Amino acid sequence: MYDIKGYYDAETVSEATLLLADNPNLKLIAGGTDVLIKMHGGQLEDAELLSLRKIKSLESISAAEDGTIVIGAMATFSMIFHNPMLKDLIPILTEAAISMGGPQIRNIATIGGNVCNGATSADSASSLFALNAHLKLQDKNGERVVPIREFYMGPGKVALNPGEILTEILIAPEDYKGFGGQYIKFAMREAMDIATLGVAVVCKVQSGNFDEVRIGLGVAGPTPLRCLEAEAYAKGKKITSETLAEIGKLAVKSAKARTSWRASKEYREHLVEELTQRALKIAVVNAGGAEVV
Amino acid sequence: MFKRIAFTVNGKAYNFEVDVRESLLDVLRSHLGFTGAKQGCGVGECGACSVLIDGVPYDTCIYLAVWADGKDIKTIEGVAEKNGELSEVQKAFVEEGAVQCGFCTPGLVLTTTALKESGKDYTREELKRELSGHLCRCTGYQSILKAAEKSLEGHVCTCVDSPHYKGK
Repeated sequence: MYDIKGYYDAETVSEATLLLADNPNLKLIAGGTDVLIKMHGGQLEDAELLSLRKIKSLESISAAEDGTIVIGAMATFSMIFHNPMLKDLIPILTEAAISMGGPQIRNIATIGGNVCNGATSADSASSLFALNAHLKLQDKNGERVVPIREFYMGPGKVALNPGEILTEILIAPEDYKGFGGQYIKFAMREAMDIATLGVAVVCKVQSGNFDEVRIGLGVAGPTPLRCLEAEAYAKGKKITSETLAEIGKLAVKSAKARTSWRASKEYREHLVEELTQRALKIAVVNAGGAEVV
Repeated sequence: MFKRIAFTVNGKAYNFEVDVRESLLDVLRSHLGFTGAKQGCGVGECGACSVLIDGVPYDTCIYLAVWADGKDIKTIEGVAEKNGELSEVQKAFVEEGAVQCGFCTPGLVLTTTALKESGKDYTREELKRELSGHLCRCTGYQSILKAAEKSLEGHVCTCVDSPHYKGK
C-alpha cells in the first residue's frame, strides 16, 4: 500500500487552485508514474495527494487562432504521439513522446507531470527546450507564463510557486513555423529505458545557410539545457560538414555532463558532439535544405 | 481514508469502499481474487500487472484503486469464453509455444487482445513497440511476437517498408 494520508479530487482547475491554496502541503498527482514510484521507494511519505485526473479540460491539444500550439498539461504521451496535428507541426515532440517508457506508461504519464517532475532525463524536455516552449502556470489569483528554460531550477526542482499548477504548454508559431527538426534519444534499450542523452534540434534554412538553429539537450547537465553558443555561431553560416562539426564542438561547451552509472562524462560529451551533428543533418533536410554530405 | 467506487470487472459490476492507499492491483488480487494480474516489479516496468481499462492496457501496480471509479476493467480471467473456450489470442499463444513460466502471459495476452480489438494494422516494428511494456524473463520474445502476429492475422501491415511485404 502506498503511504497516502489523504486523497482529494479536483474537477476543475479553479477548484484545484483553491484546494491548493487552502492546503499547501498537497502534492499534485497526474499520471502517477513519478509520484507513486517515489512513494514506493520511500522518498515521499505521508502524502496528501491532490489528483488532477478528473480535470478533463487539461487533456486538450489544440492550435489557437494565431497558430500557437496549446497542449494541456494532462495530455498523456499516448495522446501526444497519436495527435495528427502535433505529428505534422512539431514531430520532434511526438517522437520524444513515443520514446518514453512503454505503452502502458505512455497511456497514463502526462506531459505536465514530466515537466514538473524536473528531471533532466525527461523525454519531453529536450524537444520542449528546442521548441522554446512556454508554460502557463495558474494559482487562485491568476496565471503567468514562463519560458521553459526558466522553469527548470535544478535536479527535481522547478519554478512552480506554492499554490501553482501547470495548466498548459504553449509553442508559439514563430518558434515552429518554417523549422525542420529531429529528435534523437540515445539509450541502451529501445523501450523502457531512461535516456543516456536526449538531443532535439530545430533549424530554419535559407539558400544554403542556417537562418536559425536551436538545440535542446537532456541529461547533458543537471537540467535540460539549450546550446546558446552553438546556436549563435550557426546563425547565417553556410551549411557544410565543417559548420556542423563546429556546432557539435560548441554544443559540448554548453553541456555540463557528469559521470553517472549510465555513462561517463567523457562519453556523454562525445555523444553531445556527435548526435547534435547527426540530428542537425536530418533537420536540415526536414527544413527543406540540401543533404550535407 | 476510504472512498466508494463503482466499476466493472469482466462485465460484473462492483460497488464498494476502497482504501485510498491501495493500488488497483491490490484490489483486484486481494479483494476480488483476480490473481491473473501478477505483482512483478511494483513500479510499472515489467507489465505483469497489466489489465485493460476501458480497452486500454495500464500497469495496475501504479494505478490507484480510486481511479478505477466508473471504469470497465478486463483481466485475463475475462478473456476466454464463458464455456472455457480460449480466445483467438490465447490460442495463438498456446500454438506458438509463447508461454514458459507464464508470469508475463496474462499481460501480454491482454495487450495483444487490445491490439486485435483496435482493428488497426501494425507493422512488425510497431508490434514490438506495442509489446515492449512487458518483460519476459524466460526470454521467449520470438515466440511471443509470432503469437501476436498470428493473433493479428490480416492486420499485420504488409506495406513495402514492412518485413511482411509479400512483393511481386
